[in-house]
Amino acid sequence: MSAVTSRGISTAHSVVEPTAASRWVAGVLVALYAFITLVPLVWIVLTSIKSPPDSISYPPKVTFSPTTQGYCNLFTTRSRQTPEYIAALPPSEDSCERIARANNMVVVGQSNYVARFVNSLIIAFGSTALSVILGTMAAYAFSRFKVPGKDDLLFFILSTRMMPPIAVAIPIYLMYRELGLSDTRLGMILLYSAVNVSLAVWLLKGFIDEIPREYEEAAMVDGYTRLQAFRKVVLPQATTGIVATAIFCLIFSWNEYAFAVLLTSGSAQTAPPFIPIIIGEGGQDWPAVAAGTTLFLIPILVFTVLLRKHLLRGITFGAVRK
Amino acid sequence: MALRMRGLSDRAVAWLFIAPTMLLLLAINIFPLLWTVKLSFTNYRANRPNAEVVSVGIDHYVSILTDPDVWGPMQATAHFLFWTIVLQTLIGFALAFLIDRKFRGHGFWTTLILVPMMLSPAVVGNFWAFLYQPQIGLFNYVVSFFTGMEPSSFEMLGSVKLAPWAIIIVDTWMWTPYVMLICLAGLRSIPDHIYEAAEVDRASPWRQFWSITLPMVLPFIMLAVLFRGIENFKMFDMVNLLTSGGPGSTTELASITLKREAFEKWRTGYASAFAIILFVAVFGLANIYVKALNAVKSR
Repeated sequence: MSAVTSRGISTAHSVVEPTAASRWVAGVLVALYAFITLVPLVWIVLTSIKSPPDSISYPPKVTFSPTTQGYCNLFTTRSRQTPEYIAALPPSEDSCERIARANNMVVVGQSNYVARFVNSLIIAFGSTALSVILGTMAAYAFSRFKVPGKDDLLFFILSTRMMPPIAVAIPIYLMYRELGLSDTRLGMILLYSAVNVSLAVWLLKGFIDEIPREYEEAAMVDGYTRLQAFRKVVLPQATTGIVATAIFCLIFSWNEYAFAVLLTSGSAQTAPPFIPIIIGEGGQDWPAVAAGTTLFLIPILVFTVLLRKHLLRGITFGAVRK
Repeated sequence: MALRMRGLSDRAVAWLFIAPTMLLLLAINIFPLLWTVKLSFTNYRANRPNAEVVSVGIDHYVSILTDPDVWGPMQATAHFLFWTIVLQTLIGFALAFLIDRKFRGHGFWTTLILVPMMLSPAVVGNFWAFLYQPQIGLFNYVVSFFTGMEPSSFEMLGSVKLAPWAIIIVDTWMWTPYVMLICLAGLRSIPDHIYEAAEVDRASPWRQFWSITLPMVLPFIMLAVLFRGIENFKMFDMVNLLTSGGPGSTTELASITLKREAFEKWRTGYASAFAIILFVAVFGLANIYVKALNAVKSR
């Protein structure tokens, strides 16, 4: 690099390093884009702490007095009562109850949001565990052994993910009805695992390819069997890759909607099909919907930060590594 | 040789490790796919499991491929695909180009920009439906703020003209970061010495862009385009929440038609044939996609 010092080129660095001015302009433009792109998200978070009238006021309100009513409405069900009935009730310690009473209502029970959220958690973690275990094993085999028709098998595995979900849902719907798996968590875990295992195999094969074979071979010379070498040498080396893959699987299962809305209706329903149907009196209760959305998105924000370094790899099935 | 005698042979381990994945895929993907093929030749209706099932041969395929009404969803899908890809590629590449200037804090801003693509498309569709509300929605307010139009004078989701663009805007908002990230990897893969050599030859920045930057990033752009193409060809969740295919059928993409036929009209046989046709189309795209993947990998 330093060899390039001919006239007209002040330093070697100026050739490839952008000038200070161009950096500054680029920084401002990118920050501007980031601001604009985050406005919708900020708006949803703000809406979640507005009162229902504030949430639908015109012009849209940027300053308002925050309330927990959206979150209360998300977690409770309420019924309307006469003012006389409410006045006769003993004073309540519960803040949600007080907000409800101010609107001539009383809290009568819990909403289904917590149950749907728990379903989302169980199904996401269950399917992630299954697909990562299966994916790690298959990826190791594809990475280390001569498997006949390896490329075709890998392409077959990838192609299963290319199927339109609705096309898959038609026979799955019939099959699950026959097997009694309709609207069960187990059914959804198996289904999401089948979708995620393709990503898991492709990603993990890339990660395992990067672990030198010499490590296992040395261990096997020392008396380990192939399985012991896999467990005690390869798995610890692949931990980062396995964790990154697991987070990608979690995100997919957490976000999935098409299968969930077609194949679950009650006991196994996850949060994405539930959030849009949160209805208040007289139409959609936007603060409650926004509250449900906000809580649902927080885990994803955490995952995005955790995954920063491996994001590129995950979204390209391991094709681009950096 | 003694190595192989201990424990399981490598061959056995290979099959033991691959078999569970294959079994899962056979049970949840291939068996249902074969069932779909079988159903596509019948008049089966899932809401009448006890009705007599009659074979109709290839009637469904013929009627789908010759029915002018089926071209509606196909055109809606093509319009959606074309514009999302054009917009996301242009904006995504421009962003990557800017981020590649490596200004201070570029890592932080890049992470912020990536957030939309990590979110649930259904939840995104749902909250954009709120932003698009005429009169009270933030989107209409911002547009009227900058253009002076009455915020209640246009409905992004209710108008035949605007609804196709409403879904394109949301998809572009969500997935531009994806294209940006892949383009950025492409830009960073170009070795500095190529630019140095061009500088020695006194090539103008413009010339450098067209004859070095763009050709070297192109395989990455292709990868992003193909992936977005396949994903948007299957698009269901986000659009279902935003418009459910309406108004009329202006935003009725192929997957939404499929859902209406299969789970609202319960024409399971017909929908199965439609699903197979879609699957063949996606499979063709996937084939090209994997070739592109390998081309990029071998770089």
